[in-house]
Amino acid sequence: MKISDIFEETYFSLMSNKVRTGLTMLGIVIGIGSVIGMVSIGQGAQGNIESRIQSIGSNLILIMPGAQRGVGMEVSSGRGSAQTLTLDDASAIASSVSGVEAVAPEISRRYQVTAAGTNTNVSVVGTVSSYPQVRNVAIDQGSFITDQSVQDFSKVAVLGPSARDDLFGTGAQAIGQMIKINKVDFKVVGITQAKGGNGFGSQDDMIFVPLTSAQRYLEGDTYVTTISVQAQSQNVMSDVQQQITSLLLERHHISDPTLADFNVLNQSDIVAAASSVTSTFTILLGAIAGISLLVGGIGIMNMMLTTVTERTREIGLRKAVGAKSKDINVQFLTESVALTFMGGVFGFILGWVLAFLVTQFAGITTQISLSSVILAFVVSAGIGIVFGYYPAKRAASLNPIEALRYE
Amino acid sequence: MIECLDIVKIYKNGDVETPVLKNVSFKINDGEFVAIMGPSGSGKSTLMHILGALDTPTSGVYKLDDQDVSKLSDDQLANIRKNKIGFVFQSFNLLSRATVIRNVSLPLIYSEVPKEERIKKAKQSLVLAGLPENRWEHLSNQLSGGQMQRVAIARALVNDPSIILADEPTGNLDTKTGEVVLATFQELNNKNHHTIVLITHELYVAQHADRIIHIQDGLIIKDEKNQNKRIVNNDLN
Ligand SMILES: Nc1ncnc2c1ncn2[C@@H]1O[C@H](COP(=O)(O)OP(=O)(O)OP(=O)(O)O)[C@@H](O)[C@H]1O
Ligand SMILES: [Mg+2]
Repeated sequence: MKISDIFEETYFSLMSNKVRTGLTMLGIVIGIGSVIGMVSIGQGAQGNIESRIQSIGSNLILIMPGAQRGVGMEVSSGRGSAQTLTLDDASAIASSVSGVEAVAPEISRRYQVTAAGTNTNVSVVGTVSSYPQVRNVAIDQGSFITDQSVQDFSKVAVLGPSARDDLFGTGAQAIGQMIKINKVDFKVVGITQAKGGNGFGSQDDMIFVPLTSAQRYLEGDTYVTTISVQAQSQNVMSDVQQQITSLLLERHHISDPTLADFNVLNQSDIVAAASSVTSTFTILLGAIAGISLLVGGIGIMNMMLTTVTERTREIGLRKAVGAKSKDINVQFLTESVALTFMGGVFGFILGWVLAFLVTQFAGITTQISLSSVILAFVVSAGIGIVFGYYPAKRAASLNPIEALRYE
Repeated sequence: MIECLDIVKIYKNGDVETPVLKNVSFKINDGEFVAIMGPSGSGKSTLMHILGALDTPTSGVYKLDDQDVSKLSDDQLANIRKNKIGFVFQSFNLLSRATVIRNVSLPLIYSEVPKEERIKKAKQSLVLAGLPENRWEHLSNQLSGGQMQRVAIARALVNDPSIILADEPTGNLDTKTGEVVLATFQELNNKNHHTIVLITHELYVAQHADRIIHIQDGLIIKDEKNQNKRIVNNDLN
């Protein structure tokens, strides 16, 4: 049998019962559509988180307090819970670690902030003048915290644009105004540029104050919650990370590195950790959608088995006029693969539309990667083969005499 | 040419053996029009399945055009059917949602004949089978019983077979329509010298052939020239 004839026969038999063909295909359309849609959400989240982590700085190393797991020690971590890093640690890193471009210690905590009757709960970061360089923050109006204001314990504040909007109204002029952080008056001296993104870790929704002022007026102690270090280049990152670790171990008088009371993370570690979370998320979403694909596949098998029974006489006739078992097998297998493949094409379109709608109406970033498209087509054709195999084999193995007699 | 020598067919279902054909021998020459006649259950269809290479005998030799067909594999049998046999069934067995032309040309897709040639041959067969041209593009379920059987005959002719085997081809038709179909066979035999084997349990139908082989309980009881052949007045309608 020629390939063109196989396709023609397939076309005729799928067309001869359009409703059933359509309904059977629908199972695959929904299955593939939801896989593409779900995975696009997962991959969109992944891309989004990665780019956000990249946006917090370049060649960044973060040092945070907290004990690493050690034998016989309680595991504790998190800002505020362990107070082990000091401003002196930051100065020591700046002065004695080679390959460091800039160091920005910070102390951050959420406070109730009020201004002219408005009131918001926002993250307040006490830091130094190098912070914008290390953490990729740009100034929109006014100026950032200066070395002078750090030295003078000045009560000045720089607002992120979202914080400004919350306190003074969208786009309002805030420079020179007063705000109260934890009942202490601060004067607004600058506004940072919007970086986009919202929710967790957004630098738009922050208020920056001099580190010293934060320690004296807000916290009342001398610890810092994070030290951000910018390395001179990508190449020296691990070396810098190594030097910082040994310097801090020495400064904290810890001889066993497994008992360190701080964590040194570099940006790529964070990216890797976040990606592993989001890819698990993607796999989970894909797996849930995959179940509907499986159900669609079983639908195909069910329909093909019905078709084989219904067309028993046709099969008998085809064999009587010279079709070999192989010809019958190929014909039925082609029918089921054609069904699932077309289902895959329409499913892809459905998934793409779903992803588009999710982005439009829920504001969630989605991303359809080439690999998920290829996977969808391979999987849909594969489903046709797997679930069409048994019905096709059954059709091919029919005895022509009995098939012709079948009522 | 058909040669059957000591054909035996025994169906086995588990331990039960049903002997259906018990030593059947005969010859049919090219261009003959033979009726095989016998009561129900005598083994006519079983014999036709063997003659049509749908089945093989339990023992004995069946030669078609000097080729021994009795011990071939399923695929080899399919090739024999494809090249040498044309079937006409009692219940027509047409693809109901396909056009007449597609039904008639169906056997040729398994011989990988190119499409244009398939259509050409299908049209030639339809002319021979006497189906008016204005029906050729109809779907086969839009035809009358007699017309359907002519389509089936055209399909049997399309691969230019050595024999045309017809099992009760008039069984589903009224007497008058049946006559038209029988007339078609007679004409194919007279004018185009096709070998035709007609299977029936009715003497009336068998009498349209030139020779009648009587079969009973799996044995040939009489094999004679038909003395009073019925000639149908052929106006092909
Ligand atoms: N697959 C089978 N297994 C067992 N016995 C069978 C099988 N096929 C046919 N038979 C038996 O063989 C005998 C002959 O059957 P066959 O169909 O050849 O008869 P027939 O002459 O064509 O009858 P009819 O005129 O009713 O069509 C019957 O008794 C039938 O029961
Ligand atoms: Mg019979």
